[in-house]
Amino acid sequence: MPQEVHLLVGTKKGAFILNSTDRKSWSQRGPFCEAWPINHVYADPASGTVYAGGGNEWFGPAVWKSRDLGRTWTHSSKGLAYAEGAEPVKSVWSLAARNGRLYAGVEPAGLFRSDDEGETWEEVKGLRDHPSRQQWHPGAGGLILHSMVLNPEDDNEMWVAISAAGVFHSADSGSNFAPRNQGTRADFNPEGQRYPEFGQCVHCLVGAPGMPQRLYQQNHCGMYRSDDGGRTWASIEAGLPSDFGFPAAAHPRDPETLFLVPLNGAIEGRYPPEARAAVWVTRDSGATWTAMRKGLPQENAYFGVLRQALATDRLAPAGVYFGTSGGEVYVSADEGDSFAAIARHLPAIYSVETLVAG
Amino acid sequence: MAAPVVVWLPGALLRLFSDATGRVELDAASVSEVMDGLDARWPGMRDRLCDESPAIRRHISVFVGGDRMELEAKLPPGAEVFILTAISGG
Repeated sequence: MPQEVHLLVGTKKGAFILNSTDRKSWSQRGPFCEAWPINHVYADPASGTVYAGGGNEWFGPAVWKSRDLGRTWTHSSKGLAYAEGAEPVKSVWSLAARNGRLYAGVEPAGLFRSDDEGETWEEVKGLRDHPSRQQWHPGAGGLILHSMVLNPEDDNEMWVAISAAGVFHSADSGSNFAPRNQGTRADFNPEGQRYPEFGQCVHCLVGAPGMPQRLYQQNHCGMYRSDDGGRTWASIEAGLPSDFGFPAAAHPRDPETLFLVPLNGAIEGRYPPEARAAVWVTRDSGATWTAMRKGLPQENAYFGVLRQALATDRLAPAGVYFGTSGGEVYVSADEGDSFAAIARHLPAIYSVETLVAG
Repeated sequence: MAAPVVVWLPGALLRLFSDATGRVELDAASVSEVMDGLDARWPGMRDRLCDESPAIRRHISVFVGGDRMELEAKLPPGAEVFILTAISGG
């Protein structure tokens, strides 16, 4: 019985879902969510429920929900709001689920949780009350909580990443958070102040399968690995064509393997180096890197790939997927050895995620 | 009993609430009470029109008698309230 892969795509103009049973032939549906800007489409692997987080200039932030893989949708933002007088929540940026609890990271940076599948929300107070909060500054994409890593072995432990405040860790379900940025650079700070306690521009944070204390982060200023839950970080950018990029995606089973899409630099245009597209992979936790180019455009590729727009699936061999700012989706069914475009002319792609049914 | 106000809703909002109607009569003495009345009829609608400041969302306009109204504005009996979406986007 072939397993069906659902590729969940968030774009500037709605959510799309692509389906395949062989990862070669794909069908496409959408746009869903009334063509709202959707920053993240995510499926709870336990329930198969699909959530789409975003925000609309007219109607504000919401989490959309579909229990039937996109055929029908509802939406809610009940409780997804700061206290009266605070700068209002503008949009939802990231979604993650663990054991029936759904989390939403929002702009301006904050964290909410829902215990009723996104019908009602409650703010996670540890971040709101964090003493560093007044000193958080937005990156170019806004002051956003864009990444969550939930320890699958400890319901109380989580890491979040905020641009440009850095990585924060909680061991008590979000009651308290502490910055975990030691060893990551902030090159944009004055000399002598480039390793602050917080304020780094983390672009993407992911966990490693089977090693809950191993984290990888793509930063505005380098690529890093931590093997102690973020207490210390080591640079793993040697061998990469650039220290700049947005997304990172872990392998579904191998904690040594990580996929990246480096871009040429923060002020150089933010497209693939030499305008030649590649997914870069390490299979030794960052010691060495290899460019995977087969099937990808090797000239005039001036697109970007945003922080949530690279993903893997859980099949063997693992699939690798990314979406571009130009609206193309590329798929590899062989762990990056070769790619094929499966969608073109979509709106600018903000996120890709996978759900494997069966 | 004061005459109800008549509220006109924008098409983009109607698409988010499948059973909502473009014209609705409500008992309301202020714009805020209009929002409460809409939310009672179609749960979640207030959040689409107002933020937590609390204020009418930046790209939503409420007009009565040709004037743009804030949330706390009082309404005369029978007022006709137009809720509009700004021309924005790209």
